[in-house]
Amino acid sequence: MTVADIIFYLFATLAVLAALGVVGSRNPVHSVLFLVLTFFSTAGLFVLIGAEFLAAVLVMVYMGAVAILFLFVVMMLDVDFARLRRESVRYLPLGLTVGFVMFVELGFMVAHHHWDKAVSGLDTVNNTLAIGQVLYTRYLYPFEVASLILLVALIGAVALTHRERKRVHRQDIAKQLARTKEDAVELRKVASGEGA
Amino acid sequence: MAMGLNHYLVLGALLFTIGVVGIFLNRRNVILIMMSIELILLAVNINFVAFSRFMNHVDGQIITFFVLTVAAAEAAIGLAILVAFFRNRSTIDVEEIDSMKG
Repeated sequence: MTVADIIFYLFATLAVLAALGVVGSRNPVHSVLFLVLTFFSTAGLFVLIGAEFLAAVLVMVYMGAVAILFLFVVMMLDVDFARLRRESVRYLPLGLTVGFVMFVELGFMVAHHHWDKAVSGLDTVNNTLAIGQVLYTRYLYPFEVASLILLVALIGAVALTHRERKRVHRQDIAKQLARTKEDAVELRKVASGEGA
Repeated sequence: MAMGLNHYLVLGALLFTIGVVGIFLNRRNVILIMMSIELILLAVNINFVAFSRFMNHVDGQIITFFVLTVAAAEAAIGLAILVAFFRNRSTIDVEEIDSMKG
């Protein structure tokens, strides 16, 4: 067993155990933290296999953004999670059956298919350079579409969660500028001695 | 025993299966269902990267990049819908999300 093998088994075991933690944990905050651990272990595996750029993207996008988003929502919503979990054991046999069948099928496919061309990759340029060379040439249009998807998601998320608060007083600059002396000020002659 | 393609594929299959079981197990809690979907997408990504590496072809990693993009967008929109729904109904129970059922 080489060092790479040991590292692979370490990260793979960690990823699987953390994924089980995501699914089985009672507290959803723990689930999110286990999700972060799963992403971290996978990032380690990506480094091991030589996909450093994707490992960095995984750490930044998933652990830095998506998992934190989940954490915010879990902590912000005042949900009775225990009530949602109460009957979950009832679905465990069905879930395990489906999972078992699916895993056996996938395992069967992996075991009975020989990828003859499977050779360990030997890059002549570094990983980030190789991705960049392809991403900005052959995949330029998909890349632009991906940026549009992110823009739509950004605007959509803001539009969905934004709400007008009725009782909050905000500065309305147009209204302020539209005021004239005539609507705002009233001059009256008050007789001497009668002013309250 | 050298690390081959199959090791990564089995790991991907395991994570995928755990994600599917997670959907069954937490089928009333939308947040945990979304986390299970993230696990499934992660398993797919592992397969793509493993194939990309062992076939000596960088395109698989590009696809992974796009999967990551779409997964991030999906999580943001899904959680925004969830927050908007929770404001109106004060629950995230899947069984009670049925206002569009005729």
